[in-house]
Amino acid sequence: MIKVENLTKRYGELVAVNGVSFHVERGEILGFLGPNGAGKTTTMRIITGYISPTEGSVRIGEFDMADDPLSAKAIIGYLPENPPLYNEMTVEDYLDFVAEIKGVQKELKKDRVAYAMERCGIEDVSGRLIGNLSKGYRQRTGIAQALAHDPELLVLDEPTIGLDPLQIIEIRELIKSFAGERTVILSTHILQEVTMTCTRVIIINEGEIVLEESMSKLSQDTAHTAVVALKLRSSGAAVSEKLRSINGVDSVAEPQPGVFEVGVENGVDVAEQISKTAVESGWGLLEMRPVKMTLEDVFIKAISTEEE
Amino acid sequence: MKAVYAILKRELRSYFASPTAYIILLVFLVLSGIFFFVYLETFLQLQNDPRYYQEAPNLNEMIISLYFGTINILLLLMVPLITMRLLAEEKKSFTGEMLFTSPVRTVYIVLGKYLASLTLFVTMLCLSYVNVAMLQVYGNPDGGPIFTGYLGLFLVGASFLSIGLFASSLTENQMIAAIISFGTLLVFWVVGASSEMSSSVAGYLSIINHFESFINGVLEVRDIVYYVTLTLFGLFLTNTVLDSERWR
Repeated sequence: MIKVENLTKRYGELVAVNGVSFHVERGEILGFLGPNGAGKTTTMRIITGYISPTEGSVRIGEFDMADDPLSAKAIIGYLPENPPLYNEMTVEDYLDFVAEIKGVQKELKKDRVAYAMERCGIEDVSGRLIGNLSKGYRQRTGIAQALAHDPELLVLDEPTIGLDPLQIIEIRELIKSFAGERTVILSTHILQEVTMTCTRVIIINEGEIVLEESMSKLSQDTAHTAVVALKLRSSGAAVSEKLRSINGVDSVAEPQPGVFEVGVENGVDVAEQISKTAVESGWGLLEMRPVKMTLEDVFIKAISTEEE
Repeated sequence: MKAVYAILKRELRSYFASPTAYIILLVFLVLSGIFFFVYLETFLQLQNDPRYYQEAPNLNEMIISLYFGTINILLLLMVPLITMRLLAEEKKSFTGEMLFTSPVRTVYIVLGKYLASLTLFVTMLCLSYVNVAMLQVYGNPDGGPIFTGYLGLFLVGASFLSIGLFASSLTENQMIAAIISFGTLLVFWVVGASSEMSSSVAGYLSIINHFESFINGVLEVRDIVYYVTLTLFGLFLTNTVLDSERWR
């Protein structure tokens, strides 16, 4: 559905996006994750054709954004970081206008607008001025706007920003419901959002992709125990030495006397062996706790290795 | 082309949804009306002046020409107010991001916006005709110069609006857009105002020189060409600015 090749955007000296390439298959929900200022918005603006890349190409479906921007734009629904709303219009008039300039045929327009409003739950404010709407309704109107011409591809830039927790859940459910039916790219700096809605994640930092992984693979990786935290009555190098000799143990660290962090090889369960050794050696096992790797750890690891 | 109509419609609605359009129309009508009645009063006084017994004062010369000249000057002030928000507002309220990612060519967006401002301007001109119509009911002015005068005003306004739209494309601040367009129009106005049209480039570029013949009831091709060229040039520049903005 989307083929992004070697995308680079320079603003004078500043490189906002640097050689980003990725593909998105039809029906996927891709999470674009990164700290603020990583280049997420710039990438999305290039994908939607709002700005042009310095180098590289974007293909949407079968259309190249540089060669045939009108055909490419016609199948994209885009929610920018700030919802693009005319405050002096009512919700319905506004969606009507969007449908018109997005090229929806006159006979279909009414249905499209009704569908978008229903999908986003804004029917009850359809006659109100956008300027008088609450932040949550404004955001939803923004999403409805992106849906108005039944696009195959949705590009959502921070769709849940500024919403209250309940609204966030609703919007996430809405995005999740698009899976399979539409292709979605959504950017966020909130980790749970990716965990909860996406099928694949790209982590971007300082304009470059630092990690690209499907969520199922990622949750497999993070399901393993990566570290076992131990608290013993005994301490010292002899204990560390003996722990290290256990099969499947990678590393042992002792940040405080009696507190050990045992690094474990992927997929090996060492809990039983550790407890057995501890009892046999009379270390006085006070606490043993598996520490699972979370997406946060993956995220922080990906970003911090980049900085080194 | 459907997009042009959609944008035109939305733009007009937004003019009339806020007080903007009404205030612009009101201020214009009050100001032009005041001047009209000043000219009318002068005319009526002169009519009873014994020095004019030989030659009756002329309605066209003494009221209508002056009235059109006044409207021309008022346009200098009103046009920046009409055009300032057209594109600047799109940038400020982020709606441009939706507009320019739509499957619509930039030139259609420019045209839609321009035609909206032109519609408001023509409404202004139509309303200003009320005063002239009164003269036609109670007096007997020559119809020719009235027609050419209005044609001239239309062309002047059309070119002013295109310059104003261009100014609005340069910034996201409406105030700055208004100041730029007012400044540009003023430069076009005063440049070569003292020199003859045929004798210098500055004289040819001057907006005021080309308007004279319309008031006198004369249609000259070069004047029409001048205003049409200026209009197209403004629209072309606007389109170029909007397109190039995304390449930066």
